[in-house]
Amino acid sequence: MTERIRRLRARSLRAVPALSSERGRLLTRYCKSGAADGLSVPRQRSGAFAYLLKRKRIAILPDELIVGERGPAAKATPSYPEITCHSLRDLDVLDRREKTRFRVSAPTRRAFATEIIPYWRGRTMREKLFALMEPEWLAAYEAGVFTEFMEQRAPGHTVCGEKIYEKGLRDQQAEVRAALRALDFLDDPLALAKREELLAMEEAAQAVIDFARRHAEKARQLAQREKNPGRRRELRRIAAVCDHVPAHAPRDFHEALQHYWFIHLGVISEANPWDAFNPGRLDQHLLPFYRRGLADGSLDREKARELLQAFWVKFNNHPSPPKVGVTAEESGTYTDFALINSGGVAPDGRDGVNEVSYLILEVIEEMRLLQPSSMVQISEKNPDAFLRRALKIVRTGFGQPSLFNSEALVAEMLRQGKSLADARRGGASGCVETGAFGREAYILTGYFNLVKVLEVTLNDGRDPLSGKRIGLRTGDPAGFREFSGLLAAFEKQLRHFIDIKVRGSNVIDRLYARDLPVPFLSLLIDDCIARGRDYHDGGARYNTSYIQGVGLGSVTDALSAVSHHVFSRKTLPMTKLLKALRGDFRGSERTRQLLLNKTPRWGNDDERADAIGREVFEMVFRAVDGRPNMRGGSYRVNLLPTTVHIYFGRKTGATPDGRRAGEPLSEGISPVQGSDRKGPTAVLRSAAKIDHLRTGGTLLNQKFAPALLAGDEGIARLGQLVRAYFGMNGHHVQFNVVDAATLRAARKNPEKYRDLIVRVAGYSDYFVDVGPELQEEIIKRTEHQEFI
Amino acid sequence: MRSSGIIFDIKKFAVHDGPGIRTTVFLKGCPLRCAWCHNPEGIAAGPGIMVFAGRCIKGCRDCLAACPRGALKKVRGIILLDRGLCDRCGACVEACPAEALRSAGRTVPVCEIMEEVGRDIPFYRESGGGVTFSGGEPLSQPAFLRELLLACRARGIHAAVDTSGHAPFSLFAELLPMVDLFLYDLKIIDDERHRRFTGVSNRLILENLEKLSRAGAPLAVRVPLIPGVNDADVDLEAMAAFCAALPGRHPLHLLPYHRGYAAKRRRLGLDAVLPAIAPPSSELLERAGKIFAGNVSTVIIGG
Repeated sequence: MTERIRRLRARSLRAVPALSSERGRLLTRYCKSGAADGLSVPRQRSGAFAYLLKRKRIAILPDELIVGERGPAAKATPSYPEITCHSLRDLDVLDRREKTRFRVSAPTRRAFATEIIPYWRGRTMREKLFALMEPEWLAAYEAGVFTEFMEQRAPGHTVCGEKIYEKGLRDQQAEVRAALRALDFLDDPLALAKREELLAMEEAAQAVIDFARRHAEKARQLAQREKNPGRRRELRRIAAVCDHVPAHAPRDFHEALQHYWFIHLGVISEANPWDAFNPGRLDQHLLPFYRRGLADGSLDREKARELLQAFWVKFNNHPSPPKVGVTAEESGTYTDFALINSGGVAPDGRDGVNEVSYLILEVIEEMRLLQPSSMVQISEKNPDAFLRRALKIVRTGFGQPSLFNSEALVAEMLRQGKSLADARRGGASGCVETGAFGREAYILTGYFNLVKVLEVTLNDGRDPLSGKRIGLRTGDPAGFREFSGLLAAFEKQLRHFIDIKVRGSNVIDRLYARDLPVPFLSLLIDDCIARGRDYHDGGARYNTSYIQGVGLGSVTDALSAVSHHVFSRKTLPMTKLLKALRGDFRGSERTRQLLLNKTPRWGNDDERADAIGREVFEMVFRAVDGRPNMRGGSYRVNLLPTTVHIYFGRKTGATPDGRRAGEPLSEGISPVQGSDRKGPTAVLRSAAKIDHLRTGGTLLNQKFAPALLAGDEGIARLGQLVRAYFGMNGHHVQFNVVDAATLRAARKNPEKYRDLIVRVAGYSDYFVDVGPELQEEIIKRTEHQEFI
Repeated sequence: MRSSGIIFDIKKFAVHDGPGIRTTVFLKGCPLRCAWCHNPEGIAAGPGIMVFAGRCIKGCRDCLAACPRGALKKVRGIILLDRGLCDRCGACVEACPAEALRSAGRTVPVCEIMEEVGRDIPFYRESGGGVTFSGGEPLSQPAFLRELLLACRARGIHAAVDTSGHAPFSLFAELLPMVDLFLYDLKIIDDERHRRFTGVSNRLILENLEKLSRAGAPLAVRVPLIPGVNDADVDLEAMAAFCAALPGRHPLHLLPYHRGYAAKRRRLGLDAVLPAIAPPSSELLERAGKIFAGNVSTVIIGG
């Protein structure tokens, strides 16, 4: 690592996340100026975007090679009042909360109080969204049956394809103009809407070109004042790069990275989409630039490494926008989930691992930053050396990169109807979500609490926490003669709540299509230009809506407990079980221990439990998969939790697996914390019993003590576990490699362990930032120490 | 033909009992009484009961009710098992909701073991792993072991046998064609001290090792390194010389002693035999490794 990178990295780590009022104020001024009056909604949006980028402060920070900040400084994080307008109370919470805090200065607070809040209150997407939801939806949301991703953030979940590395924004504008010329005002009733959308795209492209020019000017100004001749040369070079990209296609490695970064800033300034934005298959995209640079002598490996590392710092400077309420609970992290893909297969199906793949792994290892997230795609065709190299980084306890099965990713996309070429250019983003990069709007609609559905079933449609009837009357469970009766009732309740969720999401789809188009993002994703439609309005080639099931392990164990003790062995009458659950096992410790210890459980390769897990998966799949959304695509299933399993746990009473009220649920498809007693092979076997190829992503977390992975032997074993799991069509696995003593020490002395990053669930986070429950959970998660 | 035997554990993802990712099946019964025995629950031939007193829950008397012989009582909240009265029927283990009582040994048919073992075939295939039969002394249930080995052969699963070597050579000769690897323990060369610490003479053990080596059996020699028992230079050099004199060259595994056995003995109602010993230091392991190097094909620490 060069001295420059050391400094950049240290400054990025030191920078304190703060709320910036810049974007909010500029947007408010634009809307109040009257400039938007009379314009169509897409052109209001592109007008606001241009206004913002023309006026926002340009920040070129010391030592930087890749430039551009979303806010006025590193980690100065804007708000998006058109989507969520934080109240003054929200600002106090953000400023004072212990985890994922954002400093709110007095001038920022004033700007919110006097300018932003008075204008936006009553006009936000969040308020419109809740006002449109039916009472059943609101009741289920309140009860913690599901969350809603679009209540504070725009849909997003988008990854860049290869297009931007091949074309400049000028080329895109030319395509937009061609599409405008081709509009059919004779026969196409949507021609006017398309015209407005396309004009908005053109304006948005110009806004980002001009934004880059402002950076070029700023760099030249800085160069003039710069005393150090070396830095002066660098600033002139930065100016030249910003003159060229993103207007034109990048010509070299440096331009390719800067080009992407301007595109990234454009997307995350236009709105606050989930998962920020993502450069996608970075090793594939950068390879031609890398090889050309090496061939003509303009680049060497060390220079490429430094540029990549400077690029890495830019991601780390951009925390996810401040979240409050349920959104903060379900996604309690600064990370904004830009998940960089390396490895896998090339578009022609050959081994895609190249020299840039290895370089990226070195960058990941050296930088050890929270952002960007990183993953490797592992194909049967990839060499073991690549897998081993990645696992050596995993072993350092950094939680990155996570590991994905390329063959499964491709198969999942083919099943969803994508072309082979598009599938091979895709990968996983966010936590574990499968997508056709550059061509798909795959929108996560919200987490879905499978365990709560069982709780409601066991209470004949009532939520015992509130006493309200939120579900169907499926009968007093004491009346079920057989286990199948309970399963049938559970499936009915599940369908009922999925229906509610889907109805809500269909409305929200239309709401975003109507009121919050994103013309800049639309420009980047095929086939929005050709269709003249916004990304939020079905413009993408593929349009998927996901519902993310949560608590598969917990619900499986709970159902297994009922099946085993109540129906098979008949050692525990249903009435006694229900009474124990109502009392949160107070005075029923014997019953609780029996349920905890003598129940066949998910994650132990025990068919008695795993068959139930599979059945639950099939129920969720039947209820969700293939239903049409409002963007011309379909609903699909994936299984991942971020941090919502803790929130859902708090909203869910005691469960028949012996879990007390309020305790976290299992995460992803992992076993209930501490319940996997037969080691990693049994966990992987259980996890592979659901059909991953019919999902859009599953998340499996495994924690190892470092001692298990010592030496080349340890790496080899871990690699074999991964290959065997992927051979059984597993989608993803990630490893936490830390010992409990370290974690306990970190909990005690957080200041000394600020850099300790752990894998949480589909992403990594600073251990000291994750909150006490999650800290406890990570410590408790089976450590497999006994296998050392 | 017997179709079942007594085992006390099946451990998956065993990575120190032979090549690759393995499943280790622990057979009960052992003719040796090694003072440091890491698996004391495997010594007795029949089933046993282990008591995890700390797990017992307040107010629960399920095991007392379940015991047909009145061998259990609870004194001031602590569960006590009268091992003289107990006939190890396992009713208490079944009844205990808290896993405070666990069985050390149950009779299991070969087919059930093979089903369990067969589940991890994808991992064996990926890693060049397989199954290891350990114990106890697996050769103390010869018919059972033979059937298990035959079943592994039939399914193409690599099979290793972890043995003390204390069994008639005819048995080894019979099993030889069915075993892919012997993990063969070598503890102490001095016979008198061998008797003192393990309860048996090492004559048969050393003879069998020599004969197996001569027969070209695939084998790895495993030396449990116990400070104060066999870690003196003279002990190590004697073992190294013995290995050097074997007809074949074999890898040697040094297995460092660990402290897990004391808690296990407590749970079985047994007193500790050895005084508290610290696990071998890295210097000792290194020194031992040096002494063996050159006399064996490779030295592997930790198996």
